[in-house]
Amino acid sequence: MTTTDVSTLAATLRAVLGDHQVITDRQELRTYECDGLAQYRVVPALVALPRTAAECAATVRACVDAGVPFVARGSGTGLSGGALPHADGVLIVTSQMRAIREIAPADERAVVEPGVINLHVSRAAAPYGYHYAPDPSSQQVCSIGGNVAENSGGAHCLKYGFTTNHVTGLEVVTPDGDLVRLGGRAPDAPGYDLLGAFVGSEGTLGITTEVTVRLTRSPESVRTLLAGFTGTDQAGAATSAIIAAGVVPAAIEMMDALAIEAAEAAVRCGYPAGAGAVLIVELDGPAAEVDAQFADVERLCRDNGATEIRVAADDAERALIWKGRKSAFAAVGRISPDYIVQDGVIPRTALPEVLRRIAEISARHGVRVANVFHAGDGNLHPLVLFDDAVPGQAERAEEVSAAILDICLAQGGSITGEHGVGMDKVSFMPRMYTDDDLDTMQLLRCAFDPRGLANPGKVFPTPRLCGEVPGRRRGVHPVQEAGLAEVF
Amino acid sequence: MAGDVLAALRAAAGEATGPADDGARPAGPDGPDAAVVRPAGDEDVVAGVRPRYVAAPGSMAEAAALVRVAAARGLAVVVRGAGTRQDWANPPRRLDLLLDTRRLAGVVEHAAGDLIVVVRAGTPVAELQAALATAGQHLALDTPLPPGAASTVGGVVATNTSGPRRMRYGTVRDLLIGITVVRPDGVVARAGGKVVKNVAGYDLGKLFTGAYGTLGLVAECAFRLHPLPAARAFLTRRAGDAAEAGRLAAAVLAAQVVPSALEVDAAPDGRTEVAVLLEGTPRGVKERAAATRALLGGATVADEPPPWWSSYPWRPGDVGLTLTAALSGVPRLLAAAAEARRRHGVALAVRGSAGAGVLHAGLPSATPPDVVARTVAELRVVAGSAGGHAVVLTAPPQVRERVDLWGPVDGLHLMRRVKAQFDPDARFAPGRFVGGI
Repeated sequence: MTTTDVSTLAATLRAVLGDHQVITDRQELRTYECDGLAQYRVVPALVALPRTAAECAATVRACVDAGVPFVARGSGTGLSGGALPHADGVLIVTSQMRAIREIAPADERAVVEPGVINLHVSRAAAPYGYHYAPDPSSQQVCSIGGNVAENSGGAHCLKYGFTTNHVTGLEVVTPDGDLVRLGGRAPDAPGYDLLGAFVGSEGTLGITTEVTVRLTRSPESVRTLLAGFTGTDQAGAATSAIIAAGVVPAAIEMMDALAIEAAEAAVRCGYPAGAGAVLIVELDGPAAEVDAQFADVERLCRDNGATEIRVAADDAERALIWKGRKSAFAAVGRISPDYIVQDGVIPRTALPEVLRRIAEISARHGVRVANVFHAGDGNLHPLVLFDDAVPGQAERAEEVSAAILDICLAQGGSITGEHGVGMDKVSFMPRMYTDDDLDTMQLLRCAFDPRGLANPGKVFPTPRLCGEVPGRRRGVHPVQEAGLAEVF
Repeated sequence: MAGDVLAALRAAAGEATGPADDGARPAGPDGPDAAVVRPAGDEDVVAGVRPRYVAAPGSMAEAAALVRVAAARGLAVVVRGAGTRQDWANPPRRLDLLLDTRRLAGVVEHAAGDLIVVVRAGTPVAELQAALATAGQHLALDTPLPPGAASTVGGVVATNTSGPRRMRYGTVRDLLIGITVVRPDGVVARAGGKVVKNVAGYDLGKLFTGAYGTLGLVAECAFRLHPLPAARAFLTRRAGDAAEAGRLAAAVLAAQVVPSALEVDAAPDGRTEVAVLLEGTPRGVKERAAATRALLGGATVADEPPPWWSSYPWRPGDVGLTLTAALSGVPRLLAAAAEARRRHGVALAVRGSAGAGVLHAGLPSATPPDVVARTVAELRVVAGSAGGHAVVLTAPPQVRERVDLWGPVDGLHLMRRVKAQFDPDARFAPGRFVGGI
């Protein structure tokens, strides 16, 4: 984009949105140069701050008219660079669309604008005895619109599912600039499940302007324990035993020695001293069920070598147990100047082998790795520690981080369980999927965004040329070849 | 000319069955020697439309090779599993090749410790459940059916079938974690994986769920599983009318008994029952059953479901509908059904998941088409005002001529574009889906 192009587009957007809703000042633009993955930084050409769905649609139409790419951004907490701006594009920020439009307990639904903070939905529903189940660790700051784009998870998605299981309706601005409703308050809308396809599409199919979410009845009883083990093998065995017993905990989280050390240094959560691993197990539901199963869980932890079990007596003690886990990523900053948060998934039963391999790679490269994971569903968050000031360390850390994803893939797992592909993992997509798989996914992209303007460069390593599909024929015309003219 | 096509299909199936064959080849439904490719017969008619050829691939490679021949020769294709729902949706606009998935069967992988299964599309759901049960697990999905029908996994995915326990476990979209499809151009593609948590790439499984085979062949599915509950209890209670059924349902929803299903059955004579399924530990279920019984003001408690549980309120040849609403709108759907019975004198039966906002309704085949049309139109208005839809799943031909089966569809232009991308020549199940897709 030339300076003139930017000025022209800015003028168009100011006419639609108002002067204060369009940012062109270089210094102000810089505050939007990255999301939660700060190693990638791009200053956008423009920032637009629509206040309504209509303004958002008008912004997208202005981009389409100018042939300019656009990127949506919620709170900017994503960890895969999904909201990384485009240097020649418009960053559309939803932070001014923050109304909770309706809490409808009788429908078990809430209707919110995309900029609404995740935790605020649960707070608004709490007086009715409901909450919004997906609880990413960033839930105090991340937006629902961002959650929709990334199909965010959280510690409790083992039992309750991910964002995609809790969004029943969307209003979106398509990459054509149209406002379209997908799904609604009732389930099973007729037609293709475009709602399901949109959730987790990382801003490449359009921008969410209204979200209808499922509200979940808050459980009668919640019980949480912290168990210390000599090592991750024992903690892993306890996890397997719990799952094998037919228990579906609300959450099972594991941290290894290095992660415990970091959490202890940062928030003094009082985890068992000298433990090689801790498990946090939380059960929720009707009191009668929770009591019965909680006794089983305690026993299974002991049977598998728990050296110490601490049961939260009240909400304050539960909060303390969770504090160590939820602050783990940031806490690593206490023991290392720099670190990479990895996000990979393995079949849960492969955990012992995968941890051994990670330890081998860590030793071979001389790079420390702290492990934090959602043990119940095999979602690993290895934290790869390094010091950027030491030449070569950042590169080695990147190598280790990449090697961990290869281990996940070798086990039949995934390169991302909840952080998304974004910009960060584009190059890993061909390791997980074939060219045909990626080509097929992009058929959907082409249906929504034939011009390729919605968050280009994210998710897919090679954009598909959408124009090549219609009218495509290979070889002799089929009618001629098959002699089937009469069927046409 | 038909012989040429048959020969080409046979050659494709044969060529694909070399040493590089990718999977087991279970015996076909008609025995191990049943022809893989054959001319179609009377038993192959799909919603009144007779195909020319039937092909039953025994592997992914065979399926892809057959679809490539169909693509090269411009053949219109319909995929059939057990055929239990082939009368659903519109008849295909044209049909040359029926792809029978029943030899594309068997469990590929059941990782009990990871609570996942990978299964070929032609596997009967009942067979899958029996295999999973040996490990104390199940695919937590009900497949309401006429007794004895053997719905396949692929058919259930393609028609987005669900039943009472959707309230707790969700539907196909919530349980399907990976899918392998054969595109209409014969390309084999996979999305998702075999781990429960995975956000890499688009979730094409959801796109193919409920697509009625219009985007390609569903060849293989990966599902998350759940442990079989140690105990369960069914509570059943009569309700005086729609309003009382609504009050009972609301009371159960607002309490802390966490039902796995909350169903309602309103017979054509107006007799209405509410039933609740509780699952869990023996002690927990016992206590919750007592609490639920109190909420309902008395109820029959049993180990087995009431006779109408997880079945559609219509017989083959009848009119069958799905009615959806926001949860608070369910009593209005029930009241609208009662009103239709009164006003039109129709034997309208309604049954379904009051706890999920999804009901089914049936009208006898003898109901005059204009009465069916009026009833559907009225129910569609009420469902629409309650945030939902009224979709006719199946109906006699004379009704189909008068009724738009699908009703209003949001985002239809995007759906047409999706179809145009996946199947630019409109050869897969042409005309069966919304808006003539």
